[in-house]
Amino acid sequence: MAEGENKGLVLLDFWVSPFGQRCRIALAEKGVEYEYREENLRDKSPLLLKSNPVHKKIPVLIHDGKPVCESLIIVQYIDEAWPDRAPLLPADSYARAQARFWADLVDKKMYESGTKLWKLKGEAQEEAKKEFIEILKLLEGELGDKKYFGGDTFGLVDIALVPFTAWFYSYEACANLSAEKEAPKLVPWVKRCRERESVSKSLPDPLKVYEFVCFLKKLCSWHVNGHLCRPEYIVGGFRHGRLTSFVG
Amino acid sequence: MDRSSSSLKFLGSWADSHTHRVRLALELKGLVFEYQEEDSVDPSPALLLHSPIYKKVPALLHDGRPVVESLVILQYIDETWTDNPIMPADPFERAIVRFWCHFADDKLGPAVGLVFSSVGEGQKAAVDQVHENLQLLERELREGAFKGRRFFGGDNIGLLDIVLGCGSYWLAVFEEVMEVKLVDPDTFPLFHAWLRDFEEQKEVKETIPPIDKLLEYARGIRQMMLSLSTDTTTTPTIGAPATGNTTSNNDAAVEEIGLLQESLVL
Repeated sequence: MAEGENKGLVLLDFWVSPFGQRCRIALAEKGVEYEYREENLRDKSPLLLKSNPVHKKIPVLIHDGKPVCESLIIVQYIDEAWPDRAPLLPADSYARAQARFWADLVDKKMYESGTKLWKLKGEAQEEAKKEFIEILKLLEGELGDKKYFGGDTFGLVDIALVPFTAWFYSYEACANLSAEKEAPKLVPWVKRCRERESVSKSLPDPLKVYEFVCFLKKLCSWHVNGHLCRPEYIVGGFRHGRLTSFVG
Repeated sequence: MDRSSSSLKFLGSWADSHTHRVRLALELKGLVFEYQEEDSVDPSPALLLHSPIYKKVPALLHDGRPVVESLVILQYIDETWTDNPIMPADPFERAIVRFWCHFADDKLGPAVGLVFSSVGEGQKAAVDQVHENLQLLERELREGAFKGRRFFGGDNIGLLDIVLGCGSYWLAVFEEVMEVKLVDPDTFPLFHAWLRDFEEQKEVKETIPPIDKLLEYARGIRQMMLSLSTDTTTTPTIGAPATGNTTSNNDAAVEEIGLLQESLVL
């Protein structure tokens, strides 16, 4: 391979993935140029399989040929590799610990709980709704009256959470759960985040997310008894227009 | 940061590997701290106050301010007391450390726990999973990110050594209690050598409980678990109460076992 070919930044991603969107937001905040590559999750590229051999998942950020995997690890990497601008974590070590704790909580809870909302039905869905509302209220409590989760500066926790807001429409349509009604204090925060170009350019149209969810639901109805099916096996059939480059 | 003027206290449980991670990091940094033992199934008011969301150990209190979740605590310790760093300085190397820490917590640990909590075919599958995970680490030591290193952190113990090491002693314990082979030195020579070197370190010896206490503890839980299971092919998941076959009278005991099992994972 020619020497120049490994230089630069490549993000292996999938358009609707909230985890991929975190990386896009972070790169945009830092004003860093990169090449976006859409992966077909049913037919993963050799580059993805080579870059993330352990999990074979997106997102993967490849920087000068070296892969970084897992979205929150990627976001922290981006912050540490470009320390001269737009810090994504606070300087104070206690505040950093709080940011990591809450980002990790979003990781542990939002995706799985949100997924249950559109996958399950009946009583199981009602239970899932209660669980999801609890998580929203926890986050609402932590945000309080602050501008962002970290205070005045947009940062790690905001980046971890905001992609899931593109799924709120789907949660309402599938589970009759209005995140805005259940956690009204998050509403101004969502609006504030969406006013940032890094966020508005990185998040998908909620209606497109809903179309995608409906597609997954149709495929999931082929699996019985409410067992959670794994979207990465089936999403290859639903493609979005490919972006070849993105400048934040 | 001045070690003498700040007050450090940490809440932990003696058999909990995440507690050992924090203790080891504090010892490596030469920090003075007060320790409070917590009952893993009956949290104290202090623990509930300082870890209200997860209600679990470990919880570190620095001048009264709590930090919870062991990986968060370890990085907090490293960034607050910057002598003897346990994380590398380079951003890419830091990302690698964080990746393998997640691997330890999300893949290897639960696989090891499943060996302990399952029987028959389920246990055999769990052992295979542990071997697959160890192969990944062995490969990194042989030809990947950690090639040629004595420890994952290089010449000295680093954060990933702490995370993997504080919990790897369960491998030997489970090998004896369950009579399975988990870390064959011929199959995993580098991992085996690393573990041996890790366990020889002075601070590690002072942190990890004596093996006979760990054996007794593990045997006790295994016995309780087997006596509660009404179906020998049931493989309850770590941390979650078993469903289906257990009677309602056993639910509380099963929950207790789930909580105890959680403390055993890497």
